[in-house]
Amino acid sequence: MDNPILVADKLGVRFETAEGPVTAVDDVSFSVRQGEFLSIIGPSGCGKSTVFNVIGGLLGQHEGTVKVAGERIDGPHKSIGMVFQEESTFPWRNVTDNVAFPLELTGMAKQKRIERARHFIKMVGLDGFEKRFPGELSGGMRQRVSLARTLASEPKILLMDEPFAALDEQTRLLLGDKVLQIQQQLKQTTLLITHNITEAVQMSDRILVMTYRPGRVKRIVEIDLPRPRTSDIVGSEAFGRYVAQIWSDLREEASRGMKDEEAHMLHEAQP
Amino acid sequence: MNAAAPARREPLAGYVPAAVGLLSAIAVFCVLEGLIRAGVISEYIMPPPSHVLAAFGRVITEEHIVRRFFLTIGECLTTGVMITVFGVAGGVLLHRYKLLQQAVETWVAALAAAPVVLAYPLFMVIFGRNAWTIIMIGFVAALPPVILKTVEGLAGTRKVLVNVGRSFNLSPSQQFWKIMLPAALPTIFTGVRLGLIFALINVVGVEFLINYGGLGQLINDLAERYDLPGTYAAICFVILVSVVFFMSLEKAERWLRPVN
Repeated sequence: MDNPILVADKLGVRFETAEGPVTAVDDVSFSVRQGEFLSIIGPSGCGKSTVFNVIGGLLGQHEGTVKVAGERIDGPHKSIGMVFQEESTFPWRNVTDNVAFPLELTGMAKQKRIERARHFIKMVGLDGFEKRFPGELSGGMRQRVSLARTLASEPKILLMDEPFAALDEQTRLLLGDKVLQIQQQLKQTTLLITHNITEAVQMSDRILVMTYRPGRVKRIVEIDLPRPRTSDIVGSEAFGRYVAQIWSDLREEASRGMKDEEAHMLHEAQP
Repeated sequence: MNAAAPARREPLAGYVPAAVGLLSAIAVFCVLEGLIRAGVISEYIMPPPSHVLAAFGRVITEEHIVRRFFLTIGECLTTGVMITVFGVAGGVLLHRYKLLQQAVETWVAALAAAPVVLAYPLFMVIFGRNAWTIIMIGFVAALPPVILKTVEGLAGTRKVLVNVGRSFNLSPSQQFWKIMLPAALPTIFTGVRLGLIFALINVVGVEFLINYGGLGQLINDLAERYDLPGTYAAICFVILVSVVFFMSLEKAERWLRPVN
């Protein structure tokens, strides 16, 4: 791949547990082009979120390297913006102040940062809610506040860890549309961690399928669907073929994961 | 996609809880009045609320209540500021240095249960018979809940909020001031509230014991004169001090954390 903006090379993560060392991620390598939307999909426990934490610089101890625009990074980096799976808005700040948070850190003048924040609030479709606090918003709206806050830091790479996992299916599809629209508008390089095949196919240019523990790259699938896309695409025949193809890759891994979990529970239940 | 935001409450709806609280208090006083007048409760143990109400004028005009009220409120305010400053700082230190926390947290918790007020002769030897003895006893007695709740609040900061800070590359100082402290504020305020209860009890108690000004001394004087309606009227002023403090604290919390 020519001049990738993000390169993950031979990533490996091992954890010490009570039952001995566990390899969560092993030899994971991939790269992402400027403006590309790449999803990482895999069964629960395959190490997707561990990869997210390594790339975001939140996990200190790991093998391999992460490079952004050729620069090796070993911790949180201003080029990478993260949207988390859990609700992560600041409950003590209203929507504008939440979104303006990264701008405040740069020392930008108050009036200017409010204007910038309003721009991103409008982008995620929350205009009219600027003065509301997170406690007054729905789960989907709060995730949009988190997204707007991350976008306000104008990262080169947007990293999202199952941001819609806690939302219902309809909201998830509509938010998927919103993310796609923003991604296409900003030509934002995006890396999405998900276990939802529909979501991955709807949004991605490529999908990286991971194996169950240890998490390795099983396959990278190119999604050749027309852009701009919306959630309407889920009814197309080509979409269905991609979903079936990825499910056949994932099925074996998900079954392994389920069996492993059952064996673990049986082992724990033994006196 | 825009989910409907919850409707704003009518402005008058905010006064309903206060009105219900006031009516409940009036109802309790009416029941007490009835029980005392019917002889179920002895008038020599508890005067009828109407007599207490009538004693207010006398207590205000003859007993320098305003000066006493402000002396007690001043002592409580000084104690409150001290427990907030030193308690939060102590809690932050304990949270920051785990060894220190493991070493002293149990002692701090034990101090919360200690009857510090009984050590008043020692404080009088150190500070003399003045307001500082009262303030320092209140301070020592009220400090532990603020320290413990600060530790609890900081330790309870949701990991994802800390990770948001890390993802924005915050310095440790920014992480503390912009994320950890605001996230811990509701728990810290619970500690300060508890601390103020301890402080008020101890301040009035020591005023009573060492006979040094304030509402505590007045309660002592009136009780020794066996002026029961006056004693209960003076106790009502102590409750008023408590109300003033808790209302101010609530305002401060709303100002610092508009929505919890």
